[in-house]
Amino acid sequence: MEQLTPFSSVAAPLLSNNVDTDIIFPARFLLILEKKGLGKYAFSEKRRGLKSDFILDQAPFNTAKILVAGLNFGIGSSREQAVWALVDLGIRCVIARSFGEIFFSNCFKNGVLPIQLDGDEMSAVEAASLGQEEIFVDLSAQHLRLQSGAEIKFSVDPYGKRALLLGLDEIEMVLAEDSQAIEAFEAERKAQTPWIVGRADQLAKPEK
Amino acid sequence: MHLIPLRVSKADHTKKDVDSMAGQTLYDKIWASHVVKTYPGGDALIYVDRHLVQEVSSPQAFAILEEKQWKVRCPEAHIAVADHAIPTKHRDNMLAESLAARQIARLKKNTAHHAMPYIPVDDDRHGIVHVIGPELGFTLPGTILVCGDSHTCTHGAFGSIAFGIGASECAMVFATQTLRQHKQKSMRVILDGTMGKGITVKDVLLALIAQIGAGGGIGYALEFAGSAVDAMSMEARMTLCNMAIEAGSRVGLVAVDDKTIDYVKGRALAPQGANWQAAIADWANMKSDSDAIFEREVSLNVSDLAPQISWGTSPDQTLPVTGKIPDPHDEPDRLQRERLTKSLSYMALSPGTALEDVTIERVFIGSCTNGRLEDLRSAASVVKDRAVAQGVSAIVVPGSATTRIAAEAEGLDVIFRDAGFEWRDAGCSMCVGMNDDRLSEGERCASTSNRNFEGRQGLGGRTHLMSPQMAAAAAVTGRLTDVRELI
Repeated sequence: MEQLTPFSSVAAPLLSNNVDTDIIFPARFLLILEKKGLGKYAFSEKRRGLKSDFILDQAPFNTAKILVAGLNFGIGSSREQAVWALVDLGIRCVIARSFGEIFFSNCFKNGVLPIQLDGDEMSAVEAASLGQEEIFVDLSAQHLRLQSGAEIKFSVDPYGKRALLLGLDEIEMVLAEDSQAIEAFEAERKAQTPWIVGRADQLAKPEK
Repeated sequence: MHLIPLRVSKADHTKKDVDSMAGQTLYDKIWASHVVKTYPGGDALIYVDRHLVQEVSSPQAFAILEEKQWKVRCPEAHIAVADHAIPTKHRDNMLAESLAARQIARLKKNTAHHAMPYIPVDDDRHGIVHVIGPELGFTLPGTILVCGDSHTCTHGAFGSIAFGIGASECAMVFATQTLRQHKQKSMRVILDGTMGKGITVKDVLLALIAQIGAGGGIGYALEFAGSAVDAMSMEARMTLCNMAIEAGSRVGLVAVDDKTIDYVKGRALAPQGANWQAAIADWANMKSDSDAIFEREVSLNVSDLAPQISWGTSPDQTLPVTGKIPDPHDEPDRLQRERLTKSLSYMALSPGTALEDVTIERVFIGSCTNGRLEDLRSAASVVKDRAVAQGVSAIVVPGSATTRIAAEAEGLDVIFRDAGFEWRDAGCSMCVGMNDDRLSEGERCASTSNRNFEGRQGLGGRTHLMSPQMAAAAAVTGRLTDVRELI
């Protein structure tokens, strides 16, 4: 996963509420088996016609690394393609009033920083976004800086922060650090609650 | 607008404020028994007992294993099945080179490589993950179950913590059988009263979501309780928990009672013998303690509900069937006004129109929300001795092959076919629009699925969510209809 270092970018305003993952990545493209190169399908329904007037196709927002959204961004389906497609378009940070939980969690697995803000701070970010200002994102310091010089603090889960800053692979970390703890848990579980142990292998039927 | 009595506790409790000796919620209990490791800040590495695997969210997860040369830690803790992209008719003619066929072939290859149980498309146990998990006894009380699909909350009906995950998390479960998770807050949803004639659990959920909003449950595990829940069948409880995600909650759950145990008993993968006795002893505790603290509580009396229909492009844009399309001019908040206007424009509806005057062209009965035997029975009871209205195309897609076979044994397929419905093979079908079962641009559908998002059932398609009975009523009249007039 690519490390998230401090950066500046214009921030594309997509301020409507309830932008669900079906809008971000329509289901008919879920038949694709890969996770790279999905950006061209992002928001497909909003980008129809020869010349799309969708915000992410308009200069200067076609180079935006930041997306500014409303309430419940990424609600609905768990499809991680929604995040992969945004990453392919160059998005590294989404600032919203609230997020769908599965989308929020998927962001951290793919080097994207989701920031939840509200009140005056969110209004200032929205204004900066609409005004085509560059916003500086510093995850290490946990703040945004607007062109006015105003700094906006944001909170982030410490583990997610570390993963993004260092570009860590969560599975590698757990395999390296926790394999013994998992084995011990499994042994105790088998002794205490044997009924819970999965036995789906018993579904096998003889070949017809 | 018809307002449903809804009580929200005035002050949201926080658990820190109360005595640490306070009782535990059902969610607390299952969570505590699955913690492998606690991290500073309170997150935990939790053990995952069960994982349902489907063709859409797994290829990229298997690719991660391949790239890193990792093994699947416990193949017997997974069941794989192709449900999303699978055609629901003419399966034998499925083009080998189609994208869906390629995706299904990939699932078969990946599961064979990792010795993971796979249910073939032509198997009598095939179906939608959230329908077959319970049917097979794979879904058990007190477990943690995940799937790369947001409607995994369905399984919470059995007193389990079940939630949808992304593909990266699927890879994590394959390789480690664990997930690093943040514990949810708890919200109790108390449903009291008795549902009237023509009212189903789907109406209850749509009314609830209209009240608390599509994001109202974000951050919470919803526990459904109350006399109306006690009275519900397991199938109704599955519909109940299935729609928790449409209120924004990853997790919905119901306490274990005799109905839960009766449902599980004897199923293919249910515990047997001494294990069964040990299991039911454990499951007796799978309920919230009487002094458990919930951070939030809402309640809804179901007795006065009318059948509900979504009119917009989010499940919270729902009204009783007796209602009229709202007027954005009446909405004081600018953002809400814009949202209403946008939804009305997409749905091609005018303010003030009575819902019952809206005509439809398509009907879909099925999905992990409403594709079970009880759902098909209730729709068939409306359809019997009636015919699908002229100009309407209607399909029934059972949630699983087991459901289809049971329905055929009762003659439900004959009732639907005689009325002019198509009777299909099992799959997600028109709920997700990944196979050929899609709406065309501008078509309007009465649907028993769970999402009315823009384009959800096909590019430019217009979805009205409702119960199976209500969809059946719309099929025979050709318009949105109050089923109470037909039964």
